[in-house]
Amino acid sequence: MKQQQFIEQQQPLWDSFRQLADELDKPPRRRNRERLERLPELYRRLCADYALARQRHYSTGLVDELHDLVQRGHRLLYKRKSFWLWRMVAFLWSGFPNTLRRHSRAFWLATFLFYGPALAMGLACYFDPDFIYTILDPFEVASMEFMYDPANPLPGRSEDRASATDFGMFGYYIWNNIGIGFRTFASGMLAGVGTVLLLLFNGVVIGGVAGHLTQLGFSATFWTFVAGHSAFELTAICISGAAGLLLGKAILAPGRRSRGEALKRAALEAVSLVMGAALLLLGAAFIEAFWSSNGAVAPAVKYTVSGVMWAALILYLGLAGRGRDAA
Amino acid sequence: MLQLDTVHTFETPEGVDLGLRVAGPVPRALAFVLDTLIRYTVLFVLSMILLPLAELGVGAFLIMLFLMEWFYPVLFEVTRGATPGKKAMGLIVVHDNGTPIGWPASLIRNLLRVIDFFPLFYGLGLLSMLINRQFKRLGDLAAGTLVVYAEEARRSAVVIEAEARALPVPLAVDEQRALLDFAERSSKLAPGRVEELAEIITEERGHAAVQTVLGYARWLGRGR
Repeated sequence: MKQQQFIEQQQPLWDSFRQLADELDKPPRRRNRERLERLPELYRRLCADYALARQRHYSTGLVDELHDLVQRGHRLLYKRKSFWLWRMVAFLWSGFPNTLRRHSRAFWLATFLFYGPALAMGLACYFDPDFIYTILDPFEVASMEFMYDPANPLPGRSEDRASATDFGMFGYYIWNNIGIGFRTFASGMLAGVGTVLLLLFNGVVIGGVAGHLTQLGFSATFWTFVAGHSAFELTAICISGAAGLLLGKAILAPGRRSRGEALKRAALEAVSLVMGAALLLLGAAFIEAFWSSNGAVAPAVKYTVSGVMWAALILYLGLAGRGRDAA
Repeated sequence: MLQLDTVHTFETPEGVDLGLRVAGPVPRALAFVLDTLIRYTVLFVLSMILLPLAELGVGAFLIMLFLMEWFYPVLFEVTRGATPGKKAMGLIVVHDNGTPIGWPASLIRNLLRVIDFFPLFYGLGLLSMLINRQFKRLGDLAAGTLVVYAEEARRSAVVIEAEARALPVPLAVDEQRALLDFAERSSKLAPGRVEELAEIITEERGHAAVQTVLGYARWLGRGR
């Protein structure tokens, strides 16, 4: 068949496809629903025309025109749409805890990499008052001692943030802490080394500070302050670490897949973990800003609330959505 | 086959091959510069409005800073296909299989941006783009995404204004196609160049040569 005959014969089909595509570019409410059902059929016929035009070596212009139409159809047909609110609920209810349990080895490794150095450094700083200076410089130590000095009316706030209100601190914790979570994950791309270093480093600093302040006798301010948000914050950092380790594993030991393929699969799992961790960190920021900083609450209440949160979090991560998701 | 064009082809489930024009480091860097300007302008305006509102404003500003730092590209990529900077450079982000980018892939490629930025101004990202045939930075590798040119849909409707002439000799398909392409593109080329090209295959000269070659093309395209 000559090119021109082909065009004349098939042009109406291409035009109706074009109209349909224009229709689909409109916002959903103003679409004509009945016509939309023809999309798959028209698209398949268009694909056939494109294949024919190429096979018969019609002109480049015609082939390009059909190529672009097919491309448009491909994007419309394979666009993934879903109710994001519903997906969010499903993610929190079963997707996130299930994904975490699927990768429990990565999680426990990250937990060990974080708490191990924290414990060692904590003990060292507890028994040796000067040991803290091996990781922090004197100014940082002074600022930290100021923050948790029982004489400080606003525990947990450094000197230059003394005027900050709870909401201001909420914003700061979001920006800073969730950023740390994201970076811990992303540095897994350096063959996992970045994640391991960040976990070790954070463990050493947090453990060191805790040990040092306990040794100074600031327990009343320090432990009551951190008790509230510790469950969410520390666990979220470990989860972000696990996500980073997944990337690292895919690069170092891809198993029976190619490195690229292993990385893509690992990243898809890891990003669920990171988003879950980000939500936990958001919760932690809220608690830290509005509850932990509240000095009027008795320490006993704070420790009780903290215990409840740890228990709730462990139950949630350990049990939520069990049996719901085999994939 | 090694080719000079940066076209990435993939097969759709319908069994046809589609091609995507992958964008290189330069347009992407320019898009990044534009996006950075937009981001900082927005943040600057926000700081003028929010920061005088005492601590409530500071908190809100820090939250905005967080969102702009991590989620600005994600939001635009998922809803519009590309950030404003990329749109301005005519680029969009798609999955490897040409489908529009979704939340997970967009989150992956943008969270991993920090590593691409490492150690200095996209050092690793550039390295990865240069050793990769599809100009993928590390985030693109992990997310399975491509940054491609969003081409305007091309239309070919060209009517050949010449009397059809039978070909004096049989031509191979490639040669036939070259004639058709010549007819389609002759309106976009300079007249002198069109004549020069036409004279390659006919004895005639000048305008007559063009008419002859267009006549062949018309013969090929629609027959007598």
